[in-house]
Amino acid sequence: MIIQALAFYLFAFVAVAAGVLVIASRNPVHSVLFLILAFFNSAGLFVLMGAEFLAMILVIVYVGAVAVLFLFVVMMLDINFVELRSGFAQYLPVGALVGLILLAELLVVGSGWVVIPQAESVAAAPIPPIDQVTNTEAIGRLIYTKYVYLFQAAGLVLLVAMVGAIVLTLRSRAGVRKQRIGDQVARRPDDAIEVVKVTTGSGI
Amino acid sequence: MLEIGLAHYLTVAAILFTLGLFGIFLNRKNVIIILMSIELMLLAVNINLVAFSTHLGDLMGQIFAMFILTVAAAEAAIGLAILVVYYRNRGSIAVEDINVMKG
Repeated sequence: MIIQALAFYLFAFVAVAAGVLVIASRNPVHSVLFLILAFFNSAGLFVLMGAEFLAMILVIVYVGAVAVLFLFVVMMLDINFVELRSGFAQYLPVGALVGLILLAELLVVGSGWVVIPQAESVAAAPIPPIDQVTNTEAIGRLIYTKYVYLFQAAGLVLLVAMVGAIVLTLRSRAGVRKQRIGDQVARRPDDAIEVVKVTTGSGI
Repeated sequence: MLEIGLAHYLTVAAILFTLGLFGIFLNRKNVIIILMSIELMLLAVNINLVAFSTHLGDLMGQIFAMFILTVAAAEAAIGLAILVVYYRNRGSIAVEDINVMKG
C-alpha cells in the first residue's frame, strides 16, 4: 500500500511539474520534451489505476506519434520564439484568474460528489475479474463485439485526418525535375537511337 | 493520505486541466504551445475517465478514453498541418495575424 502511494505521488508530482514547464518554458523544444515527460507519467498513473492497455496506447500513440510530430513541426519552422513570447506577463493576471476560478469550481464539484451505492450494478460493461481476463483482453472483447461500429468510426476519423493532413500540406512545385517511371518504361529503342548512315570521309 | 482513491486522481486531473487552460491564456501568440496545452487538457480528461472507470468497475470509461485519444491524435495532425501551410504562406505563426477570414 505504501509503495502504491509513493508511486502515485511520484507520478502525479512529476506529471504536474512537467505540465507547468510545458506552458512556462522559453524554448518550444523543451516544451515538447516536458509534454513527453507528462505523458509518460500519466501512463504510470494509468498503470497504477489498472488500465495497462491505455497506458501502452498513451506511450505508443502520444509519445511515439503525436509528440514527435510536434517536435518535427517545432524544429521545421524557422520562427523567432522570443518575439512570440512578448505579452507573456500581460496575459498572466487574467489567465491566472480564470485558471483559479476553474480549479476552485472543479474542486467544489469533486468534493460534493458521491457515488450511489448501486453504481456497480448498473455498469454498462463491468470489468471482469483480473485473474480471469486481463485488461487488454477485456477491452478487446468489448470493442470488437459490442462497440465494433464505434471502433470502425474511430478508424474512419483517423483516415479522414490522414487524408486531410496530406491534402493540406501537399504542394506541386514548378521547376522540379522528378523521375517519371512511366515515361522511362514506355521508352522504345526507336525514340532513343537514331541510325545514321555516314558516308566515308564526310562526317555527320 | 496513504490510501490512494478516486479523489487523488481527480485532483491530479483537475490540476492538469487547469494548467492546460492557463497555458492557452499565457501563450496567446504561440499556436504550437496552444496546441500542446490542448493536448494537456485532453490528457486530464483521459485521466478522469480512467479513474472513474476503475473506481466504478465499468470498462466503458476506458473505451471512451481510447476514442478521445484517437480524436486527439487526429486533431494534432490536422492542427499541425494547418500550421505548416499557414507558415508557408505567411512566414509567421503569430495568432494575431490569423484574422484574414474575419468578415
